Amino acid sequence: MADKTIYLDFEEPIYKLESKIQELKSCCDDKLAKDFNKEISNLEKKVQQMLKETYSKLTPWQKVCVARHANRPHSIDYINALIDNFMPLAGDKSFGDDEAIIGGLGFFNGQSVMMVAQEKGNDLESRIRHGFGMAKPEGYRKAKRLMDLANHFNIPIISLIDTAGAFPGIEGEERGQAEAIASCIMEGFKLEVPYIAVVIGEGGSGGAIALAAANRILMLEHSIYSVISPEGCASILWRDGAAMKKAANALKLTAQDLYKFGVADEIIPEPCGGAHRFREETIKRAGDVIAKHLAELKKMTPQNLSKDREKKFLAMTRIAKEG
Amino acid sequence: MNWLLDYVRPKLSVAKTEKDVPDNLWDKCPQCDAMIYGQELAKNLYVCPHCGYHLYLRPRKRLNMLFDDSEYTYLETPKVKEDPLNFKDTKDYRSKLKSAREKTKFDEAFVAAYGKMGGHGVVVGVMNFNFIGGSMGIAVGEGIVQAAEFAIKHHMPLILVTASGGARMQEGILSLMQMARTTLAVKLLKDKHLPYIVVLTNPTTGGVSASFAMLGDITIAEPDALIAFAGARVIKETIKADLPAGFQKAEYLKKHGMVDMIVDRKDLREKLICLLNLLSNTFVKGE
Repeated sequence: MADKTIYLDFEEPIYKLESKIQELKSCCDDKLAKDFNKEISNLEKKVQQMLKETYSKLTPWQKVCVARHANRPHSIDYINALIDNFMPLAGDKSFGDDEAIIGGLGFFNGQSVMMVAQEKGNDLESRIRHGFGMAKPEGYRKAKRLMDLANHFNIPIISLIDTAGAFPGIEGEERGQAEAIASCIMEGFKLEVPYIAVVIGEGGSGGAIALAAANRILMLEHSIYSVISPEGCASILWRDGAAMKKAANALKLTAQDLYKFGVADEIIPEPCGGAHRFREETIKRAGDVIAKHLAELKKMTPQNLSKDREKKFLAMTRIAKEG
Repeated sequence: MNWLLDYVRPKLSVAKTEKDVPDNLWDKCPQCDAMIYGQELAKNLYVCPHCGYHLYLRPRKRLNMLFDDSEYTYLETPKVKEDPLNFKDTKDYRSKLKSAREKTKFDEAFVAAYGKMGGHGVVVGVMNFNFIGGSMGIAVGEGIVQAAEFAIKHHMPLILVTASGGARMQEGILSLMQMARTTLAVKLLKDKHLPYIVVLTNPTTGGVSASFAMLGDITIAEPDALIAFAGARVIKETIKADLPAGFQKAEYLKKHGMVDMIVDRKDLREKLICLLNLLSNTFVKGE
C-alpha cells in the first residue's frame, strides 16, 4: 500500500490508483510479469493524467494544503541543494538564537550570498527546535543583523519564506514582536544590495513580509501569501472556523492571484503533482529562476537597487496619475 | 538642514469644518462605570474625570486638541481602488465601507491635516478606530504614504496618532503590502532627518503595530492603551494559561522598553510642542 499520510484529502483517487500499482508490483512473479507490466504502465499513465487534471485546477484551499504539505521541500533542503559551503550564522547578539529563521553565508553558483530563511522542521524534534517556523523577536532581529552584515560587504540576500506567521505568545510580546518585524521590513528598504524573496510554501502575514520588502518577490506555483490564515479569517469574519474554504477563496492568496495584483514578480512552476512529489526538480527550477533575477539585479548600482525597491513598493496599489 | 528653517508654506487649501456628530448627553466610563455628563467629558478631552480612564477620542477632536487654535487644513483623501478583491463574507465589503462612511462621516480610517503646533508647521495623521476598527487597507496605507510625502515636500515633522485592530483582511494581500509601504514612508522621512513622532492610543495592534507604529523616532503612548502584536485571546488559547496583569498595556510596554513615555491626554499637546522645540533646536553641522 502507498503511504496514505502523504496524500491530501482531494488526492484520494490518486492514492487508490497508486496503491493498486504498488500491489501489482509486489505480487508479480516472472510468469505474469509481462501482463502486469502492461497493466502497471497503463495505470501509471492514468495517475499522471489524474495528477495533471487535479493540479492544473487546484482550488485556493487545496493550494493552502499543498503549500503546507509536510513533504514539501523546506528551506534547509533548498540551502543544501543550491548553496555551496553554507556557513550558518547564529544569534541576534542581544537575546538569543531563534532557529525559526536560519541564516548564513554561502556560494550560490559561485557568488557569495546571504541566506535568510524560515524553517518549519520535518519531524517533531526538528519542528520544536525550529519553533514550527514561527519566529520570535530574536529571530527577526537575527535576520536584520544578517541583512545588515550582507549589505556591509556588498553581498546579495536571498530570503526563503515559509511560515504560518510570527510567534504569538507572551515572550514575543514582551520582547517587542511588533517592533522586531517593523524594523526587519525597514532594514529591507535600507539595503544597497540585491534582495530576492522567494515564497516556497506558506507566506503567513506580518511574519512573512518581514523578510519580503525585496527587489523581487518570487513565488512557487502552489505557494500562498496572505494577510491572515484562511482559518483565522473564517473565525473572525464568518465566526465559523470551518468556513476556511470560503475564506481561502475570498482572500485571493494564491501565487496566481498575487502575480495578477503585481505583488509577485514571477511564478516558479512546480512539476505536475507538486513540489512534495518532485522535490529535487522543484528546487532546481527555483534555483534557475533565482539565478536569472540575481543576474539582472547585479547589473544595478547600489543606489539604484535601493531606489528600485522604493519605486516598486511606492507604485504598488497606487493608482497611476494621469498625464 | 533644519526642517524649521526650511519650512515651505503649503499651497493646498481644502479646509473644511464639518460639524461634529452630536455628543451623547451622558456617557458611561467603561472602567469605573461612572455616568459622565457629555459636555463635561468633552471638556475633559474624553478622559473620565473620576478614574482618569482615556476613552476613545475621535479624529476631529484629536486634531482640534493638537493644533494651535484648532486651526488646520485637511490633506486630500487619496483616491484608491475600492474593494480590489471583490470581497464577500457574510456581508459584502462594499456595504461595510458604506455604513462605516455613514457612521463616521469620514471616507476612510485615516485622516491627515497640516497646520501649526506651538508655531511649528507639522503634519498630523490620525487613525479612526470607529471606521472598520481602524484597520489598514490601501486607502489608509496610501494616506500615510502621502502624509509623509507632504511632510517631506514642505519640510515638516510628521506626527501619527494610531488606533487600529491591524490590517484590513477584506483587502487581502494588498492590505499586508501597506505594512511595507508605510514602513517605506517612515524611511523616506528619516532619510530627510525629519522628526517622526508616534502617539499610540487604545488599541494599536497587529499589522499596524508591526509597521509604522513602532518605528517612531519618539514613541508616546496614552495611559492604559492596549498595544500589541498578537491578540490576547489568541495567546491565551495557545498557551492555555492566564496572562500577566497589565499584559500588552502601555505601562507594560514601557517597562519592556518599547515606548519612550506615557503621556496623559491633557498634557499631550504641550509634550509634543516641547519635543518639536527640542528636535528643531539642533546645531548646524560644520558651524
